[in-house]
Amino acid sequence: MKKAMRDVLLSHIYNQMETNENVYFVSADFGSPVIDKIKESFKKRFVNVGIAEQNLINVSSGLAFEGNMVYAYAIAPFISMRAFEQLRNNLSILSNKKSLNVNLISVGAGVSYDLSGPSHHCLEDLSIMRVLPSFSVFSLSDYSQCLGMAQTAISSQNPKYIRLDGKPLENIYKENEVDFQKGFKEVIKGEEVCIVSTGYMVRKAIKIAQSLKTKGLSAGVVDVFRLKPVPDLSSLLSKYGKIFSIEEGFINVGGLDCLILHTIAKNNLQCKFLNAGFDDKYAFQLGFRENIYKKNKLGDKYLEERIIKWK
Amino acid sequence: MDLLNKAKWVRKKTLEIHKLEPGTRIASSLSCVELLVSLFYGKILNFDAQNLNLEERDRFIASKGHGTISLYPILADLGFFPIDELDNICNENSFLGSIPDFFIPGYETINGSLGHGPGVGCGIALSLKNKNSSSNVFVLTGDGELYEGSVWEAFMFASHNNLDNYIVVVDRNKVSMLDYTNKVVKLEPLDEKFKSFGFEVVKIDGHNIDLTVKQLSYLKKLKTGKPKVLIAETIKGKGVPSLENDCLSHIRSLTPEQVDMAIEDLI
Repeated sequence: MKKAMRDVLLSHIYNQMETNENVYFVSADFGSPVIDKIKESFKKRFVNVGIAEQNLINVSSGLAFEGNMVYAYAIAPFISMRAFEQLRNNLSILSNKKSLNVNLISVGAGVSYDLSGPSHHCLEDLSIMRVLPSFSVFSLSDYSQCLGMAQTAISSQNPKYIRLDGKPLENIYKENEVDFQKGFKEVIKGEEVCIVSTGYMVRKAIKIAQSLKTKGLSAGVVDVFRLKPVPDLSSLLSKYGKIFSIEEGFINVGGLDCLILHTIAKNNLQCKFLNAGFDDKYAFQLGFRENIYKKNKLGDKYLEERIIKWK
Repeated sequence: MDLLNKAKWVRKKTLEIHKLEPGTRIASSLSCVELLVSLFYGKILNFDAQNLNLEERDRFIASKGHGTISLYPILADLGFFPIDELDNICNENSFLGSIPDFFIPGYETINGSLGHGPGVGCGIALSLKNKNSSSNVFVLTGDGELYEGSVWEAFMFASHNNLDNYIVVVDRNKVSMLDYTNKVVKLEPLDEKFKSFGFEVVKIDGHNIDLTVKQLSYLKKLKTGKPKVLIAETIKGKGVPSLENDCLSHIRSLTPEQVDMAIEDLI
């Protein structure tokens, strides 16, 4: 059954707000059916700042400063970039004074708002959100992870960036299948190539690995759903001679690919590495997600060919 | 010491700090001396220098952070930290920087980048209001700071949420970084702007201490469901004639001799 990650996460948040009077939900005029329920039930703790992301973060910071736990909710490019200095000063820097539990719910990872064009795509966040000290960065691949995410949001008292897909999607995992504390999940065990991915691209990685299997190539798939603190991937990656990363974001500039390269270098792993993602340009193509992928060298067949031809 | 003499003392100490570290912003720290003296000595702010996290304290946010070097002697005098610390301004082991941050006892938030205090203050004020706290939030802003759009996002929010525990104090010294504000981008009619944003507005001569104390006290008690602003008309570099009529006063530093002369003139 397809579900939007945000709706599932918001349902868990609703339950938290019911039992914990210190949980606030702040929105930059961005909705969801579950938001209506939150708004109705918790009139004082649901706050709509309007389309004003700078104030979204500043108000959230002030609420957290007073000891509240805060969820701040907006569309991905706006919450991560319109308010970046607010994130830096009033969450990251101010966290050196007191712990600020502000959880940014960033909806619309990558090109999930496919038809809306580059202003609504978000290809930068995996890179830029990792640079802020005190932040944790999550990139969920399905809605089963939302329970672990909500529990982590409560238990870990620091600012967090939570990257969610904009589209309703089928689950990849069964409920509670993923050990959320670990930060990654080995989805398919393989032998030759390991496809490392995050968010929506984990689905692509699984499809490609399954297709490669029919052609006699054993590919593993790893879902990195926590990009900061960086999970310990070294022993898993050391089993493979080739590592291929796929992300719905810009490559070679600090995102998932760089995280993997850093892991390889730091642990002196003996393996080859290739990356796939958006290569230093915005996607102006019209049409649905898969069309945008195809035109940016991210179509399933193209990626599969790259792996097959990789010597 | 009465408040007039206290203000004189604060100006003198601020100039001495500037003599030790000419990188501190002297002109914008001198325009708000009477405002800070009123807030801290005029029984406006509720605080406990020995208990910085006192739940009932009023939250004071120095949003125009770099222009509040004059708060250093006040905090020291009130026991937030030892007065000798003032001699260590910008030394490697001191917490007193040329732009204050929250490691200085008495400062709540991070300052320096403009336009952040009003929004953070709104979040604090909303939380206090929901907890039925009697504490107030005071946010000191510069007038050049009002060019930041985030400030007006916050003011709209304060008004919409009826934050009558939220008081903005504008140090209206009419000089921004490179010029007079009426030449940079016009801010007037500032009182009308605040009124149209739903604020209770009081405009005064911000160097008249008795009036400042009186109006701050009035605003603190005023509970009409509206946020409040004190627009304090001030003179940038107040007390130092060479700075008072200089549109570039913000970026001026005084030589040690000029500081000595300025201190002499004060007395």
